[in-house]
Amino acid sequence: MIQIKNVSKNYGNRTVLQPVSLRFAQGKTHVLLGSSGSGKSTLLRLLCGLTEATTGQITIEGKEVSPQVQLQMASQIGYVIQEGGLFPHLTARQNVSLAAQTQGWSSTKINDRVNELTVLVRLDESLLKRFPRQLSGGQRQRIALMRALMLNPPVILLDEPLGALDPIVRSELQLELLSIFNQVRPTVVLVTHDVNEGAVFGHTLSLFHDGFLVQHGDFQSFVKNPASEFVTRFIKAQIPSSEILDMV
Amino acid sequence: MKIYVLLSAFFVSLPLWGKPTITVGSKPFTEGYILSEIIAETIEDVGEADVQRRMGLGATGIIFESLKGGQIDIYSEYTGTISEAILKNPKLKSISDIRKALNPLGLSISESLGFNDTYALAVRRDFSNSQNLKIMSDLKKFPGIRAGFTHEFLKRSDGFDSMVKHYGLVFNNYSGMEHSLAYQSLDENKIDLVEVYSTDAKIAKYNLTLLRDDKDFFPQYLAVMIYRKDLLTKYPKTAMALEDLEDRLSEEKMVELNAKVELENWSFEKTARYFLNKDQTKKSGFLSMFLRRTKEHLALVFLSLLLAIVLGVPFGILASRNRSLAQIVLILSGLLQTIPSLALLCFLIPLFGIGFLPAIVALFLYALLPIVRNTYLGITAIDLRLLESAQTLGLSPWDRLRRIEIPLASPSILSGIKLSAVITVGTATLAAFIGAGGYGAIIVTGLALNDTKLILQGAIPSAALALLVHGLFELADHFLIPNGIKG
Repeated sequence: MIQIKNVSKNYGNRTVLQPVSLRFAQGKTHVLLGSSGSGKSTLLRLLCGLTEATTGQITIEGKEVSPQVQLQMASQIGYVIQEGGLFPHLTARQNVSLAAQTQGWSSTKINDRVNELTVLVRLDESLLKRFPRQLSGGQRQRIALMRALMLNPPVILLDEPLGALDPIVRSELQLELLSIFNQVRPTVVLVTHDVNEGAVFGHTLSLFHDGFLVQHGDFQSFVKNPASEFVTRFIKAQIPSSEILDMV
Repeated sequence: MKIYVLLSAFFVSLPLWGKPTITVGSKPFTEGYILSEIIAETIEDVGEADVQRRMGLGATGIIFESLKGGQIDIYSEYTGTISEAILKNPKLKSISDIRKALNPLGLSISESLGFNDTYALAVRRDFSNSQNLKIMSDLKKFPGIRAGFTHEFLKRSDGFDSMVKHYGLVFNNYSGMEHSLAYQSLDENKIDLVEVYSTDAKIAKYNLTLLRDDKDFFPQYLAVMIYRKDLLTKYPKTAMALEDLEDRLSEEKMVELNAKVELENWSFEKTARYFLNKDQTKKSGFLSMFLRRTKEHLALVFLSLLLAIVLGVPFGILASRNRSLAQIVLILSGLLQTIPSLALLCFLIPLFGIGFLPAIVALFLYALLPIVRNTYLGITAIDLRLLESAQTLGLSPWDRLRRIEIPLASPSILSGIKLSAVITVGTATLAAFIGAGGYGAIIVTGLALNDTKLILQGAIPSAALALLVHGLFELADHFLIPNGIKG
């Protein structure tokens, strides 16, 4: 379980995240929704200890998260960013194995785990010896996901993981991610600006705007009981109108 | 590990034990090389000490500072140069006055070696004999003599005009011309009198007679040995042998020796042994000389570059961690780059003496900037998101540096090292001026002899080495830059 208590973030005198308290249940997928600059990515960076909270406290499974303990917590948290953040000088296999190597795993154990993950994300095994620049965007994201899952962390954080992909690859990967999450059952926090993605993935959703948490709940509640005019506008803006659907 | 081996090899190569060593220096011109080689051979023959040769040392300032600092023990100098250029007191004329002035510095000079290297007037030998013209005062009888003087001599305050006044001469038929042209005109019988340097090898080549300066007009540039006083007390037999060299070399003899080197291409060693009546067959061939210079040059380049890499890369990394440190490091190493190389070498003499060590230090300082800069730029250019990814994977700062930052910055770091290496190969030729050897020593000797062939024998290998080094680093790029980011 992830517990966020009264957490805020300032850069200088600019507040990018207003004090917020949230609880993310174990084994569920939680979506942080909002447009760019809303504070959702800042919250994700706080969750993996990349930046320090100005106020408040974050705990994962009861352990406090902060930059000071980031290294010790790293094996508990998998992190995937837009376009993967793969290391260009390492092959796909090396990228995936890196964390396990620094943890001192044996090469047999590493190979077994890589094979397992290759099956899980349905990657052609021959692609593992390629360098990131020799892979397509979708393939890179699968590798990035394998890398995040390598140590089998209880928590997976994803920052716009499908943001840079074309629509067809994107919807394919959406379904695969869902099936992976259902098999592995980690606690997932996923940042996106895409309402559809939020609806597909999120057991709960949190909508941010200008650093404020606007609404928290399941997608149903966003449609039925919008907390404000902004919530309705945000959702409607991204759902195709019925006229366009009719034309298709 | 490698560094220790190299450094110890370097120190072992210094003569720190065994027989004591006397270091003989020389200035970078023919006469200086010959005289110092004669001194060196003489010391070696006595056998009290081994001789270390530091030949072809920069300008008067460099070689005199080395003597004062004890990096060399003895070299040959001229009285006029000592009083004017070193002691800056032109009034000191006699050898005993100069000796007194040098005493507080712990230095002394010998008596004259026997010749005066100064301006002189010369005529063809046959002309001298047929006209019975032997001394300068006799020129009064030849007001119409066809004479050629250099422009410098005509202009100098202590040149033509004061000479004419001093001797009461009249020249009705003279012109200004280049030195080499004057010799040629004399040889072709177009003129009869020229002004020369009294020990110029061309005096032998064109068979000239010097007119005796019977009224002592020309300044005294008597060749002497200048040495550290403790040399005499520490090595009494050597001192006696050196004393025997006094008054042994007339102008004619020196002209002959200069001519052996400049006109007959004898080596300095052979010429010195010829003068000392020793076996001249023992000579160092070109190949062994060239190999020695190559070894010296490679050692200079390799050690200084190694030092620059070993310190420059960590400096660059440190700079990438701290913005204000980065500013200081980059400005400092940039400043170093603006100091002319010869000046930097001179600054280092008081600190490190002459020879290999200051050369290594100077070359290292030059090689530092490109490596520090490129390391800093290479590391700071890495996408921040990659570093954060590494962090979230649980890589420690050391692992991040080793596995992510250095490999990603490697193209930039390597190109900095490549640049430094090529610069070092070129700059290393200047190290010869402070006695560090290398290809520069061949070039300096070539310059002294005005021997283009010899200059090229030093310059071409140096240029070839630069190309080779460049090629080697291109190859290193191939192996060291990870495949995924190779251009």
